[in-house]
This record gives sequence, C-alpha cells and structure tokens, in this order.
Amino acid sequence: MVDLAVDLCGARLPSPLVLASGVWGCCAETLARAARAGAGAVTSKSCSLHPRQGHPNPTVLDWGGGLINAVGLANPGAAEERAILRQAKAELAPLGAALIASVFGHSVADFVAAVALVAEAGPDFIELNISCPNVEDEFGKPFALDPAAAAQVTAAARAAYGGRVLVKLSPNAPDLAAVARAVADAGADGITAVNTLGPGMVIDVRARRPVLANRAGGVSGAALRPIAVRCVYDIAAAVDLPIIGTGGVSSGEDALQMVMAGATAVGLGSALYGEGEAVFGRILGELEALMAEEGIASLEEIRGAAHGR
Amino acid sequence: MGDSTHRALRVARVVREGDAGCTLVLDGALPAEPGQFVMAWLPGVEERPYTIMDDDPLSLTVAEVGPFSRALCARQPGDRLWVRGPLGHGFALAGSRHLLVGGGSGIASLTLLAERAMARGDQVIAVIGARTAGQLMLDWRLAELGAQVIVATDDGSRGYHGTALAAARAYIDGRWPEAVYACGPEGMLRALAGATEAAGLPCQVSLERTMRCGLGVCGNCHCGDRLVCRDGPVFEAAVLRGA
Repeated sequence: MVDLAVDLCGARLPSPLVLASGVWGCCAETLARAARAGAGAVTSKSCSLHPRQGHPNPTVLDWGGGLINAVGLANPGAAEERAILRQAKAELAPLGAALIASVFGHSVADFVAAVALVAEAGPDFIELNISCPNVEDEFGKPFALDPAAAAQVTAAARAAYGGRVLVKLSPNAPDLAAVARAVADAGADGITAVNTLGPGMVIDVRARRPVLANRAGGVSGAALRPIAVRCVYDIAAAVDLPIIGTGGVSSGEDALQMVMAGATAVGLGSALYGEGEAVFGRILGELEALMAEEGIASLEEIRGAAHGR
Repeated sequence: MGDSTHRALRVARVVREGDAGCTLVLDGALPAEPGQFVMAWLPGVEERPYTIMDDDPLSLTVAEVGPFSRALCARQPGDRLWVRGPLGHGFALAGSRHLLVGGGSGIASLTLLAERAMARGDQVIAVIGARTAGQLMLDWRLAELGAQVIVATDDGSRGYHGTALAAARAYIDGRWPEAVYACGPEGMLRALAGATEAAGLPCQVSLERTMRCGLGVCGNCHCGDRLVCRDGPVFEAAVLRGA
C-alpha cells in the first residue's frame, strides 16, 4: 500500500489531490463533501474585498473538449467569506484536509485588505488569484502576466499575512519562469499552476453571437492539460517552491504527469463535471495502481522525474 | 457530455396561463425524466433553468416574474428558443397511487410525472394551488391527461378555499397515496415533509435555486452539501430537514 499523503509547505495533506478554486467552493458544506471524497486540500471560491455579482448567464459551457467559463468572480465579499471559511475550517478539521482560501483584488491595496479579512478565519493557506482571464474588460491585464506586478502583489500579501501564501499563475504569461522567479523572490511559499487559459470564445452559429454573456471565458479541462503540464515543468525548473499542478487532470496518469513535471500536489476542477466528487476516489485508485505497476513507492521519489535530474 | 450544447428550437404554440404566465410548446422533442430541467437561453438576454413540463414536444411553463420570463412569454410562434439539457435528476414513481402537490408554477415539475403515471395505469390525484383563480397554471393540461385535479386558491376564488398543502392534508392523513411528490414554495415543501413523515409516506420534492452553470460545477445552487442542479432538483423530502 503506497502512502499518498504529501507535505505541502509544511502542511500535511492526507491526499495529493486538491479541489481547485471556483468549483464547489462557494460554501463550507460542499468543500467538506469534496474532502470526504478524497481531496487532501480544498480551495474556496475566490473572494474580493467587496461583493461581486459576476457576469450574467450563460457563464459555464461544455464545448466538447472541456469547459469554458466566465462566472466573473461572483462572491459575497471578504467579510462574508470569512464566516464561510470559519465554518469550512470547522467541518474540515475532523477530516484532516487543509483549507486554501482564494482571494483576488483590483489593486494591491484591495488584495491586502481581502487577505487581512480572510486571514482571520485561520485558513491553512491563502491563494492569491492574480490570473483570472475573464474580467479583463474591468480589471485590465492580470497581474500574473507581468513579473513586476506579480511580485508587488505577492510582497504586499506576504507582509500582511504570516501564514502560507500560494500564488496562482496564468498559462498566458509570456515568460512564466520569470513570473515564478519574481513571486518566489517576493516571498511566496508555493505556486498554484495554472489558472484557465485564454480567454477563449464559443459562438452559437444559429444565434450568430458568442454563447457566454461575457463573450469570452477561461478554457479548462482536457484542452488545457498539455499546456498546464508544460507550465508546471517550466516553473519547477525555474524555482524551488512546492507547486499545486492544476489544469485538465482527470486520471491517475494525468496526476502522475503533473508530479513528474515537478508538482507536489495536483489540483482538480473541471474533472468534477459529470462525475462529481467520485473523481477523487477514482483518481487516487488509478494513481495507486499505476505506482504499484511502475514500482514507485512514493510521490516524493518521482517528483520532477521528467527533468532527468 | 454533449448534453450541454444549446439546441435551437422554435416556438410552435404559446398557451397563456391566466395572469400567471405562459406555456411555450416548442417544435421538437427532448426525452427526459419527469422533474428534469433545461437551461433556456435567449441570446443577449439571459439563461435560466426551467423544468420540463412535457418532453414531446418539449414544453416549458413560465411564471412571469421578471424581465427574462416576460421576454419568454412574449415569444411568438416561429421564434427561436435555445435550450441545453435535460439536466439533473428527476422523480421516481413508487407504488400505484400518487399524490402530486404543486404550489404556483411548481405544478410544471409534476405534469410529466402525472403523464408517465397515467400511462402505467396508476391513479393520480393532483392538488394545485395558487393565490387566486387567475394565477392557476396547467389545470388544462392535467385535465387533458385525465388526472383527478383538486384546485385550491388562497382567496377561495376557485375550488378549495386555502392552500394546496391544506387541501392535500386530507389525502395524506387518510393515507390514500403510496407516495407524495411536490414542488412549490420551500415553506410548503417543509410543511409537507413533516406531514408525510408523520403519516409514514415517502415524499419527493423538487427544489428551486438560482443557478449559474446547471452542470454541477460552480456550486451556486447548493442546499447544504447537495447541488440542486446536479444531485437534484428532486430530492427525498428528508433533505429539507437537514438544510
């Protein structure tokens, strides 16, 4: 029997699988349901200092090769989120699963204010979502595209919060390794890679217009996987920080690709579509079987193996 | 998972539902379980969940409560409407004597169930309630199906003077049905959950929540740890006791 528990920035996760932000993350009960099903850590939906309505429907589509979404960072605001996170923390404690609180902001000051409020709930990690691609009309280019901007947000959050800081990066960054080095130097404890790709667009030819009300949205699922694996590989080569490898993972073999690219833990998002929380147990089972077949005793042993070092 | 792609159908017929809204009869079938729903999209306006009132031809019953539902009821024969689905899990028939309790537009979630039960040769009593006679929906459709219909209005303007729940009590307390199925305001559903539990009768309820994705991804429609779009919208009534 292989032990699949992992150490992420000094926190012990009972399983390497992490529920990614934006999926099932709106409330404590669904976060706990994912943890009961086998997630070692669960990420809440990104929250901002002030509440946001998000975009009108349609907001999420299955386009055939994965999902595309423009929910528009709908959230109840950091003060309300703090109460949800407190409840989540209490529900997760007996399960041994870690809580990752995701935050975002228009500006560095908004980020810091949201981090301060969310920190009061005592999450195990705070994840800085600097890479949402579907609010560009309103926010401009994400911080994650520019090393200096990414470092500025990270340093400010680092100064405001003594706990573990994860920074969620974008597959769209022209020089992802430079962004990774910048956030590492600014004090990040770990990196979540990656957010959705794009934005992309799906047009309904009978309606003669984009289907998403926001027109464009972040692309996830199978189409994102090879890009996400390459991103994790590049980040692992650039910095010595733990990585949650996220993007299109839906099997034990996909998860092992992420680990061999250099990930410590593996995020799941779109994979919950259709299958629901059963995906956690299935992937853990496939991962164990594959490790047994390949004579791999622990994930630690093959982490980064694809780098040939 | 191609069931998420929008299908463009055309409106064949619009049936007015008194002052309450309308039923849109479309020009195609969408095989579904009773209680499943579609996301109905008007490009440039909105996309919202609607229960499948009938699946062949696909028919949606719309309560006019805001801009989107008014836009739906303003559709004319020949106009297009985009739908994706069927989504969610529906009702499961149990036994052969069925009591259906619909509050307001909630009856739309129970009409296809009545049709399927009648097709099996089962007995169906449908209790439908509304504030006034003008607000009643789908009494015509239930009559067309041959179900026994009990009408209840809060103001007594038609049928039983009182709520659908009060009208249904006599059948529940007398243990006429082998199973009870309901959709309507959550207060009514909670009271019904209590009444059926006391009578020892199984009860399934269809819940309503604001939905975004409709695919079990975003979590917006949660009720406790359940997702209404994915795990429901139909649940055993016991779910309301925990939530």
